[in-house]
Amino acid sequence: MKLLGKEIQFQDKRRIDERTKVEKVSTFAFVLLAVSFFAIPLMWLVLAPFDSDPTFRIKWPNWGLGNFSEMAENPYAYRSLMNSAIFSAGSGLAVILVGAPASYVLSRIKFAGRDAFLYILLLFSSIVTGSAAMVPLFLLSLRLNLIDTYQGVVLVLTGGLIPAAIFILKDFTDSIPKSYEESAQIFGASSFRILKDVVTPIIRPGLAVIFVWSFVQAWGNFLAPFILIRDVNKQPAAVMMYSFYNDGGQAVFRTVAAFSLMYTIPVLAMYFYVNKKYGFRFYGGIKG
Amino acid sequence: MSFVSIEKITKVFPGGVRALDELDLEIKDGEFFALLGPSGCGKTTLLRTLGGLESSTSGTISFEGKDVTFLTPGARNIAMVFQDYALYPHMNVLENISYPLKVRKFSKEEIEKRVTQASEALSIQMLLDRKPGQISGGQQQRVAVARAMACTPSLYLFDEPLSNLDARLRLEARTFLKQLQRELGVTTILVTHDQSEALALADRMAVMDKGRIKQVGSPAEFFHKPANIFVASFIGSTPMNLLDGTVDNGKVSVGAMTFDVPAHAQGTARTGDKVVFGVRPEYVSLVSAPGFGIASGVVMVTENLGTHYLVTADCGGILVRGTAPDGSEPSMGETVHLKPEQGRVLLYNKTSEDLY
Repeated sequence: MKLLGKEIQFQDKRRIDERTKVEKVSTFAFVLLAVSFFAIPLMWLVLAPFDSDPTFRIKWPNWGLGNFSEMAENPYAYRSLMNSAIFSAGSGLAVILVGAPASYVLSRIKFAGRDAFLYILLLFSSIVTGSAAMVPLFLLSLRLNLIDTYQGVVLVLTGGLIPAAIFILKDFTDSIPKSYEESAQIFGASSFRILKDVVTPIIRPGLAVIFVWSFVQAWGNFLAPFILIRDVNKQPAAVMMYSFYNDGGQAVFRTVAAFSLMYTIPVLAMYFYVNKKYGFRFYGGIKG
Repeated sequence: MSFVSIEKITKVFPGGVRALDELDLEIKDGEFFALLGPSGCGKTTLLRTLGGLESSTSGTISFEGKDVTFLTPGARNIAMVFQDYALYPHMNVLENISYPLKVRKFSKEEIEKRVTQASEALSIQMLLDRKPGQISGGQQQRVAVARAMACTPSLYLFDEPLSNLDARLRLEARTFLKQLQRELGVTTILVTHDQSEALALADRMAVMDKGRIKQVGSPAEFFHKPANIFVASFIGSTPMNLLDGTVDNGKVSVGAMTFDVPAHAQGTARTGDKVVFGVRPEYVSLVSAPGFGIASGVVMVTENLGTHYLVTADCGGILVRGTAPDGSEPSMGETVHLKPEQGRVLLYNKTSEDLY
């Protein structure tokens, strides 16, 4: 019985070993496929800018920085990156300035249907910057003389980002014990003072995350500036990317490659900065 | 002289919960006053109303004869220590203690002087550059007290300041709090759900239930003469014997047992009155023979309380608790005779629930 029992065990073990081997191999193959699916375009992004003769293909480059000087010759390339920075920083700031106080109030004052209000807000946020709203937004901007202005685009982008920002920031604010504010109140601090000295420093990581998130969203947004900006001097990088053609309608790969990298770097840098300083997280959780 | 006087304070929360119900209370100058009660009795609401964090629905609160009912918390010259201490996590201990002083626009020298004073009084000088997250719970509590102290308020409000400490530390902190209050001599109100804390710390205390005060008095009064059945069952580390009975010609009959009507109820307790016969187990001792005024029964449980044993006996279907000294405790199943000490027996009216 014992021997038999052992034999059965061995067989089982072998079977399990075989199964895990098959599993391992197939998992590895799947991961490799998935990684290459995402990594190959990224390799193009890293290699092509330094290749003096880039194509669609990924190949070992003829090293050189000529692409960047060629891009600099295009009068609109750097300018569009500057425009993108203005749109993104403007939207980030506007989102913080409006979203932070709003989320604070929504966190601290209870009213009937507050949660429903927040969810509906979140639902609508995807509509504001979605394509369905573009015609009304265009007409609205036209009437308000906001076509071709930085403010117009910033307002539209901010409008789209604020609901989600409020939603996330409210969570950060919720995690601050009310006793912090109450003790400050007893010490005689005004509401503004409490907001400045107690609440803001504690939710600063949340504010940083929301700023970067808004910045990135605005940086990558194509539709809003594409429709609301006619003046080529005010076009952001996301729109400009589509204009690097030669007279024959061929894409100018050298400029596109260099420009793509320049377009990516600021966003990556910001992400790493915030991640290092605060840790990138979309929740609060400050324990006293 | 009364320092805090509360008149007919009522607080109704939106939703209809009556947290405070026409409550009156006087607290004397320099007194350590404890508010005790089960959770949800309104004790914290009362403290928060005194602090101005809740506004009362009706009634008035005055400090030193001055009406403060509608003053903002900052204008009341009080300090509050919260249950979670409410130390700001982004400020170090020094900044935490000096923050209220900065808000009140004290001069730099004055702030420095007060911080040094308070931190020395609480021996936390070596912690000044640490963040609250880097110090222990007991130290956090001291910092919170130091922060309150540096404000030199005319009234301290403590909201369960000891409940976040572990048992050992809590006893130390208790002694320390009492000492500090004596030295400062500032009126202090403490909210707690722990009766031993209230009994140990307070000069006077109040027990609350359902937004009303059930009794006000010294801890000794609470222990020896609970004013009603609620307080009698609430106060005491071992549950008080509260036995249903009826008065019959100067005697109280409880089941098959009969006892004398205690002196305090003679003349007021009439024949036929439904009463509750109360006596603390500490005042019920074991005697050798049965007789009048003695409950005889079979031991069901004995519990070791250190210096003595708590004995629960079944006396004809009624459970009576008494105490026996360590070493002479009866064993389970043994028949014992329990005799309440004369003068320690309390008689409550069953309908009004009050002491005769």
